[in-house]
Amino acid sequence: MRRLSPNLLRIATHIGALVPLAILISDALNNNLSVNPIQELSQRTGKIALILLVLSLVCTPLNTVFGFRQALVLRRPLGLYAFAYAALHLLIFAVLDYGLDPALLREAIIEKRYVLVGFAAFLLLLPLAITSTKGFQRRLGKHWKQLHRLVYLAALLAIVHYVWLVKADVREPLLYGAIVAGLLALRLPLVRGVLKRLRQSWERSHPRKSTQGQRGESDLASSPEA
Amino acid sequence: MRRFGTLVAGAWVLSACGSTETDSTPAAPAEPGAVTSTTDELGDELTSFDAVTGYNNYYEFTTDKESVASLAKDFQTTPWTLTVGGMVAKPQTFALEDLMKQFPSEERIYRLRCVEGWSMVIPWLGFSLQKLLTTVEPTSEARYVRFETVSRPEEMPGQRDDYFRWPYVEGLRLDEAMNDLTLISTGLYGKQLLPQNGAPLRLVVPWKYGFKSIKSIVKIDLVDQPPQSLWMAAAPNEYGFYANVNPDVPHPRWSQSSERRIGELSRRPTLRFNGYAEQVAHLYDGMDLKENF
Repeated sequence: MRRLSPNLLRIATHIGALVPLAILISDALNNNLSVNPIQELSQRTGKIALILLVLSLVCTPLNTVFGFRQALVLRRPLGLYAFAYAALHLLIFAVLDYGLDPALLREAIIEKRYVLVGFAAFLLLLPLAITSTKGFQRRLGKHWKQLHRLVYLAALLAIVHYVWLVKADVREPLLYGAIVAGLLALRLPLVRGVLKRLRQSWERSHPRKSTQGQRGESDLASSPEA
Repeated sequence: MRRFGTLVAGAWVLSACGSTETDSTPAAPAEPGAVTSTTDELGDELTSFDAVTGYNNYYEFTTDKESVASLAKDFQTTPWTLTVGGMVAKPQTFALEDLMKQFPSEERIYRLRCVEGWSMVIPWLGFSLQKLLTTVEPTSEARYVRFETVSRPEEMPGQRDDYFRWPYVEGLRLDEAMNDLTLISTGLYGKQLLPQNGAPLRLVVPWKYGFKSIKSIVKIDLVDQPPQSLWMAAAPNEYGFYANVNPDVPHPRWSQSSERRIGELSRRPTLRFNGYAEQVAHLYDGMDLKENF
């Protein structure tokens, strides 16, 4: 794993993130979206957006916990794809499903709490997508990191959106919730400290030929989103 | 993951069933029979047979509407008995074939409005529940009717998941049950019901959300208290006893003021009592329907 070239990983990420879209388009063209196609489109794009968002959050702990540094470059594409699918999800809801009908949309936003939190999650992702460029990263300096921590809030809101949407069985959305909570816990200084000590002692007892692990550790401090 | 697991479990059950049968060749794809009209009384087109038999909410099999038909295809509907009892003068257990002889089926084209915001127009075959209830003679204490679905976890993979309190139970007030619209259905599109549609006997209450129309019924009891339905137990704040189609009572998830007719792309307004107000609104005179949702 450690030797995988970053380019290969990046290409795999782009393919992995675009394949669901290709399947969606192919199913749409082949009339394969159930007899309730708008709902199907809506549910699928929402699920893909959530999965990509969770995957984007997995990258940092992959480095901090397992020293898999190459994962860090995948955060931006994964996050941007998550945002793109979320935008598609919102468009399908507003345009295809509700036909931009102002009365229906107003009712949905006022009456349906799941619409409100889902929309809030999207609004939180919007500035993160805009400031995801290297230029903004440089310009915003240390504020960039603070701003991008909002991604956790967006993910939690997306999960609440999902919990409030399912008919009765909340086990699947709660599973995503547990994953995000776990990932968030890995970011807490206390947990990070313990993990770091564990890893250092593991590395001391299992010395590696290369110095990659140490390099990962020292880079962590200067990494903008660590 | 869960859906996949259910599918795997279902496939295993199906293959296990298939191996014990002499003829395991797949049945020819079901086809619709004759119908008396291609529209309902409002002029709305019938929903296609494929959609009616391929998009089903039947949690006893799976929560995936498009997988119900394949998971249910070997569900055994013969022999079948229906036991009608409770507060009645003449409790009786009917064999399916006797029941169908005693109460000949007629076609009723009804709109079906799912609480999830989609709807269909379905040409049912069946008889008024009223006829069956009159036969068993409810006593003067009887106020409600309680319906129960068959319990067969070995054939119904969803029933092996105890997230829900199986078996499925539904209830009606006696006057609702005696309304002529309330149907015990035995078929649709001119043919016998397919398992995914609740074969061999199901309820159809067209002015209420679809979940009230309980499937694969084995037991009907006349009782004096409102029965607690499966959905009332699962989410009491969302699913009430009455569950009348009502565009003025919002649901936290789905629009109840509009709906998508399967086969159409734009939404259409939802009608009070699903368009059957003339026949049933009087049942609720003086009741606050927002309280009694």
